[in-house]
Amino acid sequence: MFAYILRRLLYAIPILIGVNLLTFALFFVVNTPDDMARLQLGVKHVTPEAIERWKAEHGYDKPLLVNAEAEGAAQFTDTIFFKHSAAMFAFEFGKGDDGRDIANEIQTRMGPSLAIALPVFVIGLMVNITFALLMVFFRATYLDLWGVVLCVVLMSISGLFYIIAGQYFIAKLWNLLPISGFAGGIDGLRFILLPVLVSVVAGLGSGARWYRTIFLEEIGKDYVRTARAKGLSEVRVLFRHVLKNGMIPILTGAVVVLPLLFMGSLITESFFGIPGLGSYTIDAIQAQDFAVVRAMVFLGSFLYIVGLILTDISYSWVDPRVRLQ
Amino acid sequence: MSFMPVILWTDALILALLAGVLALVWFIRRHEHLRAPWRNVAQRPMAMGAALVLTAFVAIGLLDSLHYRERLPDSPPDAPQYSVEVLSVFDALVGELRTQQEKTYSAPLATRLYAKEFVERGGVTVRDYPRLQYGGAHLAHASEHLPDVVRRSLIGLAQGLAASLLLFGLLAAWQARRARLVFGAWLTAWWLGQLGWPGRTAAGMMALLLVLAGVIMQLAAGYHVLGTDKVGQDVLYISLKSIRTGLVIGTLTTLVTLPLAIGFGIAAGYFRGWVDDVIQYVYTVLNSIPGVLLIAAAVLIVQVYIESNPELFDTAAARADIRLLALCLIMGVTSWTGLARLLRGESLKLRTLDYVEAARAFGVSHARIISRHIFPNVFHLVLIAIVLDFSGLVLAEAVLSYVGVGVDPTMYSWGNMINGARLELAREPIVWWQLGAAFAFMFTLVLAANLFADGVRDAFDPRLGGRR
Repeated sequence: MFAYILRRLLYAIPILIGVNLLTFALFFVVNTPDDMARLQLGVKHVTPEAIERWKAEHGYDKPLLVNAEAEGAAQFTDTIFFKHSAAMFAFEFGKGDDGRDIANEIQTRMGPSLAIALPVFVIGLMVNITFALLMVFFRATYLDLWGVVLCVVLMSISGLFYIIAGQYFIAKLWNLLPISGFAGGIDGLRFILLPVLVSVVAGLGSGARWYRTIFLEEIGKDYVRTARAKGLSEVRVLFRHVLKNGMIPILTGAVVVLPLLFMGSLITESFFGIPGLGSYTIDAIQAQDFAVVRAMVFLGSFLYIVGLILTDISYSWVDPRVRLQ
Repeated sequence: MSFMPVILWTDALILALLAGVLALVWFIRRHEHLRAPWRNVAQRPMAMGAALVLTAFVAIGLLDSLHYRERLPDSPPDAPQYSVEVLSVFDALVGELRTQQEKTYSAPLATRLYAKEFVERGGVTVRDYPRLQYGGAHLAHASEHLPDVVRRSLIGLAQGLAASLLLFGLLAAWQARRARLVFGAWLTAWWLGQLGWPGRTAAGMMALLLVLAGVIMQLAAGYHVLGTDKVGQDVLYISLKSIRTGLVIGTLTTLVTLPLAIGFGIAAGYFRGWVDDVIQYVYTVLNSIPGVLLIAAAVLIVQVYIESNPELFDTAAARADIRLLALCLIMGVTSWTGLARLLRGESLKLRTLDYVEAARAFGVSHARIISRHIFPNVFHLVLIAIVLDFSGLVLAEAVLSYVGVGVDPTMYSWGNMINGARLELAREPIVWWQLGAAFAFMFTLVLAANLFADGVRDAFDPRLGGRR
């Protein structure tokens, strides 16, 4: 087990290097260090000297990938790519263009992101499973049919609509909750409720429908027939047998997104003014802050790979037939 | 010539796609085993109704894809000059809907502007809601407003019903001849639902669409049916123009996805070994980068390219078009991994089957094994993925345009409509029609696509069999 995890972590390194190279290439095709300096300095202060100074301050005054002037290993280490990317593996992200420390920023913004994403994940999972089980209980009746149709209708509505409608009706018209904002501690609860509610409703359609097919697949299996043949009631079959076995694909499927919860949601956070990592990323995209975007890409990829490893582990944990080797 | 045809990049691709689909239909019609699942799709009422709605959307989208530029009226005949504005056949058909521009917001079917202005009335200047320039301009007095709306709606309703009756009669006569039935006998079978396909749903949906079209056309001749937006443009026109953008994103993106997913997915599963390792490495890397960031970077690249090469694009439409194409490309590049993974798993299974082993023992080449034995057996997965992805892509456009990395801001799209209407609900009284129209159109298209996709999936997925 330990050896397996270690090998998977080592395998993650080439992937992270690939991710880094790709984002690096993409962003430096878009704008050269000169463009970045011009953008950051503003129109008024652009002089060749100012650009050179900005580049020197931010470490962009070196060649991109290969430094022909240096010797030996320094040919590759004394470059923008190496200086800005190698440090990431030690989680040193450096400073954003606004001069703030990115690692620090990530630490403080992770809390608000989690405050939204974690409840959405847990409540969403429970609500979806409840709905799916209800539909399965009434399967092959009109209730089930209309349940599925309702799911498809919910799926077909744009996520932006849920947010805009939620903000308009609940916050503006009925004044039940604040439209947007965030506060720490117990006061923060009223700010969190609306985004959580909206996100859960927005995810209900696709989630419940997917879980319904999982449960239906379980219900066709032999052990369910055996359980019924023993004379167990339908409710007992459903809760004791089908739910338990159906949870295996549901939970292992959910594990992969678990670490990514730290990243928050781009759209929800920017609409509700939550100072989390999602809105941080959007601001960075719009300001073309390369350092922040690269740090977020690295963090996202890292968490995704952690999620993949966790998924494998959870498979072997719930299903003893799966061996990790 | 009084006009010059313009073929934008996406137009060409759409026409190529149309030709491809028609060829595929022709091919399927000649093979009974390929026709059977499609007949199964046609037997489902929901799928049939959804298909009709989709057809209406596609028809508008196709009309809107035939572009041209008008000749300037005062240019000499031997050296004609053309307007910089790129129009489409759809623009020509809707005529005045495009040009009748008001000053600013006005509510649906309104006769007056939404904002108060100073107006001269009998020599005195008063502050009032001024009459619209076009909406309800034919009315002499405000009291005629409601009767006129009702009258026009009824005329439209009657026209729609008449048209659907006529169309139904023609189609029924044709179908009765094909089924070798007396017309009356066919009608009875139709009414009792014994045709073997959902004839009543199809007729009902057709009538509904035609009546809707009739009413809207009647009303649009005198009013702004869905109101006007901030600069006074007709919201109905904007919404209809946005259909093409949605369809382009939903279909062309898949066109980019398919070769990548099919090629890499089957190669990884069939060849295994280092090919599999490399392909898995590539898709893990792509998968682990948050999609929005990749799309943002790519859209910025294109923006920089367009701005630094203005001489390549003669019109604003061409610029917006190339950005739309780039968006489709990059969305395709980020979204092929899911299907590729599925195809890899399926090919891994298929390659061990007896008939593939036998083919290999006979010395059949890899290319031939893949094209004759593997690909036809994973094709249903590809088809299901195409129809399932479509609706997701249409919805994604709105989100990306909101983030600012979607289609060009000058392009008509539901995402841009929503983005532009962001603050309209905060006004007093609120302006709801632009948001409402964008969401309603998007919802209709996505719902129809989802219902159709369900029908296709149930008919093609052998695992579901007859279970549902």
